[in-house]
Amino acid sequence: MTATTQHEPLQKSAELDRREFFTKIGLGSLGIAAAGTLAFYYQYLSPNVLFEPSPIVNAGALDRYPLGSVTLDVNSAIYLIHIADGYFSLSAICTHLGCVTAWKPELKMIACPCHGSRFNIEGQKLAGPAPKPLPWLKAWVNDDGELMVDRSITIPQFQFLRV
Amino acid sequence: MMPSTIETYFNKIERTRVWRSIFRSGTGNSTLRNALAIQQNVFLHLFPTKIRKRMLDLGATWYLGTLTLGTFIVLVVTGILLMLYYHPSVPQAYTDVKDLRFVVSSGLFLRNLHRWSAHTMVFLAFAHLFRVFYRGAYRAPREFNWVVGVLLLLITLLLSYTGYLLPWDQLAFWAITVGTNISSAIPFIGAKIRFLLLGGNLVNANALLRFYVLHCAILPISAVLFLAVHMWRVRKDGGLYVRASEPSAGSTHQHASEELKKQ
Repeated sequence: MTATTQHEPLQKSAELDRREFFTKIGLGSLGIAAAGTLAFYYQYLSPNVLFEPSPIVNAGALDRYPLGSVTLDVNSAIYLIHIADGYFSLSAICTHLGCVTAWKPELKMIACPCHGSRFNIEGQKLAGPAPKPLPWLKAWVNDDGELMVDRSITIPQFQFLRV
Repeated sequence: MMPSTIETYFNKIERTRVWRSIFRSGTGNSTLRNALAIQQNVFLHLFPTKIRKRMLDLGATWYLGTLTLGTFIVLVVTGILLMLYYHPSVPQAYTDVKDLRFVVSSGLFLRNLHRWSAHTMVFLAFAHLFRVFYRGAYRAPREFNWVVGVLLLLITLLLSYTGYLLPWDQLAFWAITVGTNISSAIPFIGAKIRFLLLGGNLVNANALLRFYVLHCAILPISAVLFLAVHMWRVRKDGGLYVRASEPSAGSTHQHASEELKKQ
């Protein structure tokens, strides 16, 4: 600073003075470092490799599912259903809070034991707190004539598998 | 009156160089010495050096806060002992809890003590909050301590919830499935929070380990930190709340400033 500026009365100029400039640079760098640290911990906390069962399920030969049958595979939590329109697979996991539902043959309904949600055979909600219908899962027949389901891929409703 | 043998013996210990090097408050029974004994102790300094006698009446607080702290201490001690036999892994967790019940000497007692203390702590924390609320003890200058209390209640509930998964039985599995699905209802980031909480998409080995770390390290340490703030603020905010018409003990400047306003 020159001698003349020293004698001017103190006032806030629109421009940054040197001290303010360096304060802002310092706080800015700290902010960037903090954001980087957050990203670092977020990445650390998200596992890259999961030892979870494969989403693809081999449900076996097609003739295991006769016309009019609803089969629940408890281990993979999927329904394998065969009606006049064709085959399809529904997720058996309730869209409310994730309990595994069950087919009630006497009611012709899918019912959740946890909070009483009910669905029809096509997964449409009939009653209870479930916010969404049961998702339809991608199903296909492999080269050996076995029914395959990919639990990670949902498809639009009423997209039947016709063989 | 002659001092008893124990008293004489204790007085002798109090005057030794070792004792004096540990406790800086000096000897004797003067008010100053008694005040220093509280003020110069790292643990006791959280508490006021003097309080009104009626604050210690059962009717003033029903001792609900102290009882909550008591159950917390029981939980820390029994929890550490349970950790010596429990492995937070999928093949071992369930059988370890069963072994604690049927094989380990006194294991049944310690596990049940941990379980019942947990239930009691949640009950007492709620009772303490209700008591503070209905007596109006949350009002100025104690508003911030009320907020700290709500945080401590949340930590208590999270401790209770994370501990629920550790026995790794059907009840635990479905409770955590349902509970973590609630967190996925948060808009936009819900599914990601569930993924981070479980360390995967399913309640599995990673979820068990993460809940174990939360239950045994992160949450208890946070609870102790906020507890220290909570106790210290009780002193700073004028001691235990007795009644609005009564002058607050300890913090005289609060009282003095109110007096000044009146003049």
